[in-house]
Amino acid sequence: MQFLSNHWWKLLGVMILYYVVIYGFLMEVPALSILNETIRNLFFHVALWFAMFILLIVSVIYSIKYLKSSSMKADVKASEFATVGIVFGLLGVATGAVWAKFTWGDWWVNDPKLNATTIALLIYLAYFVLRASIEDEYQKGRISAVYNIFAFAAAIPLIFILPRLTDSLHPGSGGNPGFSAYDLDNNLRKVFYPAIVGWTLLGVWFASLRIRTKSIQMIVDEHHSNE
Amino acid sequence: MTQEIWNLVKKEILIEWRMKYAISGMMLYLLSSIFLGYITFSLGRVQVSATTWNVLFWMIMLFVATNSIAKSFIQESKERLLYYYTITNPQSIIISKILFNCLLMLFLVFGGFLIYIALLGNPVDDIGLFCLTLILGSIGFSTSFTMISSIASKASNSGTLMAVLGFPLIIPMLLLLIKISKNAIDGLDRSASLDEITTLSAIIIIAISTSILLFPYLWRSN
Repeated sequence: MQFLSNHWWKLLGVMILYYVVIYGFLMEVPALSILNETIRNLFFHVALWFAMFILLIVSVIYSIKYLKSSSMKADVKASEFATVGIVFGLLGVATGAVWAKFTWGDWWVNDPKLNATTIALLIYLAYFVLRASIEDEYQKGRISAVYNIFAFAAAIPLIFILPRLTDSLHPGSGGNPGFSAYDLDNNLRKVFYPAIVGWTLLGVWFASLRIRTKSIQMIVDEHHSNE
Repeated sequence: MTQEIWNLVKKEILIEWRMKYAISGMMLYLLSSIFLGYITFSLGRVQVSATTWNVLFWMIMLFVATNSIAKSFIQESKERLLYYYTITNPQSIIISKILFNCLLMLFLVFGGFLIYIALLGNPVDDIGLFCLTLILGSIGFSTSFTMISSIASKASNSGTLMAVLGFPLIIPMLLLLIKISKNAIDGLDRSASLDEITTLSAIIIIAISTSILLFPYLWRSN
């Protein structure tokens, strides 16, 4: 029982993702113009984005915690959640490129939302470059935490500004069927919302595994340096 | 606190006046990069369109800003930083640095604009609005890059980091600036740019307040 009460969420995440993959591919979907069957990508592309944002917000929260407490644990958590968030971001780009190829005819288009994503990825890649270039553990933690928070605050306007400046091919603008058009269909919603939860839980699982290996590594290193 | 900030800004200006590092070096940087733009465009005998004119101008300003603001923390000696710790508080340091960089950028941006129109012509229709963009641009660049400079100065390869950390963050600001200045070049009605000006001011306020909040965690870490 101990096992179940500690790990139920991992099981839940996997079950949800089974449901998303199986039911998402087999269910009836509304035949919308342009999108057609590719609308099933909603459960992967869009849901992965949402999961990425949740993971990155968690990372920022741990950065704030680190500044308050200076505990190495918070720093490890912040960096690992950011890593997994970036992996999800790259997966989101990959699934988005496939979707773009089938609906817009090209793997990559000059679209404000795509550009915003690229910038967000650049910001986080810079975060890892910054971490790599500082040796002292505590200094690394503090400086990268400051950058993480500063970048997050500066990147928020990005999401609101870029799409307003130019016309987007993304759903909801430029003559494409909007999000409300999917929302009318309750069947899609039944898979989409669980998909967000499923991907987020999977991400948390990934991150927790990486955090555990890092923590063990830190203890081992400490033993070695004490000997 | 106000007195302290004022004294620190005065000290920065005094040091700058005595060494003349940033002003003379950056003026030369400006002159040569603008001349480079002029000579390459005239070699190809291309008529510079208003959009190209505008984008090139802001690109040059972006590089000038990175290079001139980078020095504000990277070139501070360790001993002087130690001295600051004993006599003042972090908020005054960051605010005074931002203010000084702001003055420096205002000088460089307006100087650069004069050189730029002398060499590449002046397509601007609404000079008043364009000057407002220049002022907002100076404030925006100096706030974001001052904080980035203080972060980059703590790491080993600070020169590269300055660009790597700063450029993605500055993009929203740069896009808004280019949009407003394009409106000024086209002489659109000023109310058309009001939305962008408000957003830009909001970004600047966010950048200033996060800098003031976060700098205390940063300044003693070396």
